[in-house]
Amino acid sequence: MADKIYRINMSDLSTSLEDVPADWAGHGGRGLTSTIVAAEVEPTCHPLGPNNKLVVAPGLLSGTAAANSGRISCGAKSPLTGTIKESNSGGTSAQILARMGCKAVIIEGQPKDDKWYSIHLNPEGATISEETELIGKGNFAVVDTVGGRLSESTGVISIGQGGEMQMAAANISIKDPDGKVRSCGRGGLGAVMGSKKVKFISLDSGGQKVDIADTDKFREANKTFTKALVDHPVSQALGQYGTNVLVNVINEAGGLPTRNFTSGQFEGHEQISGETMHDVIVERGGKPKHNCHKGCVIQCSQIYNDLKKEHKTSGFEYESIWALGADCGVDNLDNIAEMDHLLDDIGLDTIETAVAFGVAMEAGVLEFGDGEGMIRITKDEITNGTALGRIIGNGAGNVGRTYGVTRVPVVKNQAIPAYDPRAIKGIGITYATSTQGADHTMGYTIATNILNVGGSVDPLTKEGQVELSRNLQIATAAIDSTGMCLFIAFAALDDETCLPALIDMINARFGIGLTADDVTNLGKTILKTEHKFNQAAGFSNGEDRLPEFFNLEPLPPHNMVWDFSGEEIDTFWDF
Amino acid sequence: MQVTVKLFAYFRDNRFKEEGREYPKNTTVTDVVNELGIVADEIGITMINSRHCDQDAALKEGDILAIFPVVGGG
Repeated sequence: MADKIYRINMSDLSTSLEDVPADWAGHGGRGLTSTIVAAEVEPTCHPLGPNNKLVVAPGLLSGTAAANSGRISCGAKSPLTGTIKESNSGGTSAQILARMGCKAVIIEGQPKDDKWYSIHLNPEGATISEETELIGKGNFAVVDTVGGRLSESTGVISIGQGGEMQMAAANISIKDPDGKVRSCGRGGLGAVMGSKKVKFISLDSGGQKVDIADTDKFREANKTFTKALVDHPVSQALGQYGTNVLVNVINEAGGLPTRNFTSGQFEGHEQISGETMHDVIVERGGKPKHNCHKGCVIQCSQIYNDLKKEHKTSGFEYESIWALGADCGVDNLDNIAEMDHLLDDIGLDTIETAVAFGVAMEAGVLEFGDGEGMIRITKDEITNGTALGRIIGNGAGNVGRTYGVTRVPVVKNQAIPAYDPRAIKGIGITYATSTQGADHTMGYTIATNILNVGGSVDPLTKEGQVELSRNLQIATAAIDSTGMCLFIAFAALDDETCLPALIDMINARFGIGLTADDVTNLGKTILKTEHKFNQAAGFSNGEDRLPEFFNLEPLPPHNMVWDFSGEEIDTFWDF
Repeated sequence: MQVTVKLFAYFRDNRFKEEGREYPKNTTVTDVVNELGIVADEIGITMINSRHCDQDAALKEGDILAIFPVVGGG
C-alpha cells in the first residue's frame, strides 16, 4: 500500500490522509521535514503562531530491518533560532510510523480555546481527543499512562511541562524500547507542539510491515552494511564507553568549554569522564551498553543507576554531561545524572538548558559548581514556570539578555555545544554556517579534527576547515534523510563498502537506482532548501558568525582566538 | 629525561592513568608505546602537550604524552 501524508488541522480539529506528492516521494527524515516546511510554512511567521507547522517523518529506511535505521525527524520553524529546524531522535516511533504507512505527519493550525489534545495514529488515519489527565505532567508519566491506556508497544511522542509552557529550550520526547524517553532535543520544537496544544501523539502500526521491492538485494546489502558498522573500531568503543569517552579526549585537546567558555580544560574532567562513568555503571549494576532503538548494532547508550542501584537515567550523552558538568563547573556525576533525568522529564534540551545555567552562573544567579542549586532551580523554578524558571527555560541567549552578560555562547540564539571553536576550528565553521544555529551534529568535524577518522585536519589552523565542514554538512543532510543514526558516519568515512551498501538498501527498498552522486546532490539540495527558507525569514550572511567574545578572548591552554573573517566563512556556500 | 604519560579508555587496564616516567633523550612516541606493550594498530590519537603528534615524534624533557585508543562520539 502506498504511503500517506497524515494531515492534522488543530484549528478545526480535522484530519485527513493524503497521497504523497511526487516531489516529496524521494525524501525521508530531515530531507522531507525541511522540504515540507519550506513548501508550506511562511518563513516570516511566528514560530508559536497558527501558521507554523510541526512535521514528523520517519527516514527512508525506517521500519525495515536495516541496522541503525530507527531515527525519527521533527521539523518546523524554530522558536529558539527563527530558522528552519530539524531535530532527530531514536526510540520506537520512526519504525511504527513507517510500518503504518505514514510518510509524514503534518500538524498545522492552532485551537482557538484553551483545551489540550492528544492525537492517535494508526493505519486507518488520525484521531484527535481532548486530554485533561496528563496536562502538567512530565514525559515519564505520559509514557507510562499512555502505555496503560493502550498497550506497552504503543509508540509515544510527547512534551513535558517545558513544551506546555512553550519554552524555547523545550524538546520533543520519543518513547524508547525500555519505556523511557529519547529526545528530539534542539531548537525548541517542543514549544511548537505545545503551541498546537498537542500533549502527546500515540502510534500503533496495526501489525503492518514495510514493503521491500527487492528483498534478496536488501538482505545482502544490509549484511554488508552491518558488517561495516560492527567492524569499525569506533563502533566498538562507543559500545564500551558511550559518547562520554570524549570528555577526556576533548579536555586533553584543550577544547572542553569550561565555566561558560572561559577555559578549554576542566580540572574535574576525570570525575565526569567516560572511563569513570563506565566503572560507576558496572559497580551499580547498570548497563554500559544499550540501544536506543531496535536494530542498533553500535549501542552507544547506557543505563546509569543511582547510589541505591535504581535506574536514574539512560542515553547519558557526552554533550549533556559536558554541558551540565564542565560548562557549569560541576564535577559530581550523580548531580549531572539527576539533572539529565529531570530535564528528560520536563522535556528540555540538556545542552540549551545547561548552557543557560552556565550564563546564569556568570551573572551570579548561582555559583559555578553548584550542582545542587541547579537541581533545586530545575525542580522548583523551571517545572513550576516561575519568572527565573522561564528565563532559563528560554535558553542561553535569553539569560544573557536578561542579565546583561556578553559572554553568551550562541549562534542564531542556539547554545554552542561541547567543543570550543577557538581550539577546534572546523566545528566553528559548522556552528557559524549551519542552517539550524550552533549544532555539532550538522557537520561533525571533530571526527577529522580530533579523532583522526576520515583523515586528519589540524584543529588549530584555518587550512581546510571550510571544505571539511561543507563536505560533512552535505553528507549529514543526506544521512539524516535515511533514518540512519549519524554514528554510521564513522564507518562510512573509513570503510569503502559502507556507503554503497547503504545506497543499495535504499534502492532495494523502493526499486530505484540512486547513485552516490545522487545522494551527494540530495544533501546539497536539502542544505540549499533550508538556507533559502532562512534567507526568506530574514537571515543574511551577517548571522553566520560566532559571538564576538570568541574573537576577543584567547582560550587557555592554547590561548587562541577565533580568527576566521566573515568573507572566509561565507565561502562555505560556494557549491 | 622526565615525561608524563597519560593513558585513556581501556589502555589503562593493567597499566595506569598517569605517570611521570624516565626516558633517555630522543625517545619517540613509538618507543613509549612499545615499552608499554600497546598494540600500535589500536591507537587512535596521540598528543604531546595537547597537540596532535605523529608516532615518530621525539619527546623532550617535561613533555606530557597522551595516548588514546580509537574512540568516537558526538
